[in-house]
Amino acid sequence: MRKPIEQIEAATILFAGDSGDGSQTIGAQMTETTALVGNDVATLPDYPAEIRAPAGSLAGVSGFQLHFSSEQIHTPGDLCDVLVAMNPAALKVHLQKLKPGGILIINSDNFARRNLRLAGYEQDPLTDGSLTKYQVFPVDLTRLTRKALEHTELTIREIDRCKNFFALGMILWLYNRPMDYTMKWIKTKFATKPQYVESNILALRAGNIYCEATEQFATSYNVKPAEFSPGTYRNIEGNMATVLGLVAASHQSGLPLVYGSYPITPASDILHGLAQYRNFGVVTMQMEDEIAAVGVAIGAAFSGALGVTGSSGPGLALKSEAINLAMIAELPLVICNIQRAGPSTGMPTKTEQSDLLQMLYGRNGESPIPIVAPTRPYDCFDTVYEACRIAVKYRTPVIFLSDLYVAMGAEPWKIPRLSELPTIEPDFAKGFSQNGNDGDAFEPYLRDAETLARPWAKPGTSGLEHRIGGLEKSDVTGNVSYDAENHEKMVHLRAEKVARIAQDIPPTEVFGAESGELLLLGWGGTYGPIRTAVENCIADGASDVAHVHIRHLNPFPRDLGEVLARFKRVLVPELNSGQLRQLIRSTYLIDAIGLNKVQGQPFHVFEVEAKINELL
Amino acid sequence: MPGAAPTLTRKDFESDQDVRWCPGCGDYSILAQTQRIMPELGIPRENIVFISGIGCSSRFPYYMNTFGFHTIHGRAPTIASGVKIANPDLSVWVVTGDGDALSIGGNHFIHLMRRNFNINMLLFNNRIYGLTKGQYSPTSEQGKRTRSTPLGSLDTPFNPISLALASGATFVARSLDRDPNHLRTVIKQAFEHKGTSFIEIYQNCNVFNDKTFFAYTEKETKAENTVFLAHGEPLLFGRELDKGIRLNGFQPEVVDTTNGDYTRADLIVHDRYAENTTAANFLARMSDTPGMPHPVGIFRSVTHPCYEDLMTHQVAFAKERMGEGNLEALLNAGETWTVT
Repeated sequence: MRKPIEQIEAATILFAGDSGDGSQTIGAQMTETTALVGNDVATLPDYPAEIRAPAGSLAGVSGFQLHFSSEQIHTPGDLCDVLVAMNPAALKVHLQKLKPGGILIINSDNFARRNLRLAGYEQDPLTDGSLTKYQVFPVDLTRLTRKALEHTELTIREIDRCKNFFALGMILWLYNRPMDYTMKWIKTKFATKPQYVESNILALRAGNIYCEATEQFATSYNVKPAEFSPGTYRNIEGNMATVLGLVAASHQSGLPLVYGSYPITPASDILHGLAQYRNFGVVTMQMEDEIAAVGVAIGAAFSGALGVTGSSGPGLALKSEAINLAMIAELPLVICNIQRAGPSTGMPTKTEQSDLLQMLYGRNGESPIPIVAPTRPYDCFDTVYEACRIAVKYRTPVIFLSDLYVAMGAEPWKIPRLSELPTIEPDFAKGFSQNGNDGDAFEPYLRDAETLARPWAKPGTSGLEHRIGGLEKSDVTGNVSYDAENHEKMVHLRAEKVARIAQDIPPTEVFGAESGELLLLGWGGTYGPIRTAVENCIADGASDVAHVHIRHLNPFPRDLGEVLARFKRVLVPELNSGQLRQLIRSTYLIDAIGLNKVQGQPFHVFEVEAKINELL
Repeated sequence: MPGAAPTLTRKDFESDQDVRWCPGCGDYSILAQTQRIMPELGIPRENIVFISGIGCSSRFPYYMNTFGFHTIHGRAPTIASGVKIANPDLSVWVVTGDGDALSIGGNHFIHLMRRNFNINMLLFNNRIYGLTKGQYSPTSEQGKRTRSTPLGSLDTPFNPISLALASGATFVARSLDRDPNHLRTVIKQAFEHKGTSFIEIYQNCNVFNDKTFFAYTEKETKAENTVFLAHGEPLLFGRELDKGIRLNGFQPEVVDTTNGDYTRADLIVHDRYAENTTAANFLARMSDTPGMPHPVGIFRSVTHPCYEDLMTHQVAFAKERMGEGNLEALLNAGETWTVT
């Protein structure tokens, strides 16, 4: 008899185990399958900085959380419906995230005394009564996987590495998802190692059949497809969307992309991603250090290419002098900062929004640089494309200020049509014998009257030979100048050029009430929790609350001050101690309130909701 | 006139900016020789880019009527690499000094050398910090008394030639600010070399470190204190070319070729094309050895693939294997689903 299937709206699952257990792999596979069957989905990987921390230790626990729904969702979920704990340490670290009454699947084979001790358990939680408020399913995952694979040629060690697919097979059964997509992935992944194709598929099937066959699991669940606007979709991670946005900007502008980088968490995947696209003419250079990485990008920009560099906070600190050179030389340059928890080395695998003031002010002298921040994984595509557009049009470095939460999260993305992408026009200066050049001496700092952008003169163009550098320049000619009045004028011109970008960006979008009691103002990766909290409050009857999430952090949208003034109170939730709030206070003289969290973790929706309820 | 290469002169390479080095500075000579040799290179002015860092030498690009970029301290090699990778057709020159290249930019220096871009680097070595007014540099002799080291510097100096060789440089040379003919010849050969060319130029800072190289550059002493390297020729020097260098075990030593003990056959014969750098390293170390003449000329000149060519090949290979990039297909890659 077929077991009953219960229809539910949404579910949140957390896979957790040792960092070598493959939780990230099966999490990604569950995400892919869930997206392909039509749910909206959002994910949050949470893993340690250590590649392989001691097995069974709390430090070595790696988790992958995914939230999927038949409705539109914006976050990977607060608390989980299901926790898959591959060992006691995973249970210890993540049990607090499981809802009361939630499903707890435990690999009981790993609950021997040694592992319990490593996780700091004095007694076995499976038998001491501490888990009574959950639905506990102890499964001998290791033993069952070994049994299922006993006829293969693999060693015990190799067999044990397949047990994550046994767990995935169980979850696919529990949520009535097909195994086909995962099987297809396994076949591609291990194309050159057929023995692993067979074994991982066997483990996957065994986990699936186990749930169907044993009485342990009585009910399975189904989450219907969500309603999406018409279009073609794919699942995408934030860093991958950044990669595609950069390739798209290069392609649409006709500018070859040169990406200089030095490996750093969590930005390395942009380097890895771009390195795959040599057939697009993409040049990636892994340089000797962070400074060299920005140096090649600046050099490439001087040569007339789309120069891009990427890093995280510590790398940005090293790059700041070179970024300032690009600023005064007024060359297009895109700098990706995938923020992580600081200061110093901080917590490289944890998220934070604490580099905003560093990006805005962390350079010597007065150094205005536009900043844009993506709000969610798929938004990285549009936002980094926008960074390229501004950089090229205004001949300026632009900072793309992403964060780990956005960069590593994944969700469905409606793939844009190329015709929808804004144009990016390099508009290089014309040389002798080209239109518009009558042979006068070239003036590298003669600005466009509207944008104040200076000409971009490509070496190799006859008649445009000129010299620039980091010394203050004379207006128009660009020659070195120590003239007092000129210096002040140039400082103002550079500031005014960036300020004018505000005329070239969309007005502020307000979600919820157009005016009233409370406005939540956010930026970057906090979009999901803030939007969900505001949606929930509105659904609960609050009519006086609204949400604005800004992509452009420098300059601000030109109507932002007016929007803020329409609300009695402005709440700025941020994963820092109040950096945007400080800017809002000083720019608009508004007594903005902060909701601040600096734990290396994203906001929970309930945290934002609680603050809204406190203020309303 | 399409197709006709314009004939350029030294004047065409002089910018409209006043040259502002101290009167008597060795930099004037290097600038003049560079401007004189440029027309002989046979490339259009607009295809030439001079990149510098910070320091007296780094003002150089402002005085060249080519494309120029005066960047930040120590980082010129990285920016030059970016210029070259984005447009391999450009002739890219890095102008630097002993502080810029070997102290703050030491890391970029060694990596530029090993990558072997077709870039030329002129390092003006005056063994002192000039622009910051007279502190010791990484090539200053140990014990150097300066404003920052009143009791003498404690660090062992770098030997730029040894460092370049150790970093895998494919063209390594030394020349002198006060020997215009030699300097022009070496610059031209550096240009003709495909790969990173490194020239250390002994340059006099007459304000903060006057005469530091005079033993090697002045008429009275030069012949006795330098040995000019010529490919295939034995190492001979001295006013009468009466002294030679032979290898005694692992030590080069000076021998008299006139008293009959040694003949030319006993001397080291210079091979600038040797793949193995052992001999070049012996020569490089001579300038650290008291009593030995300083070699001047081209220590090493070997042909290795250039970074930018390898990159171009990779791009071509990727296009051949995967097809020319199609953005529409890229965005729609992987598993997709369509909602109607």
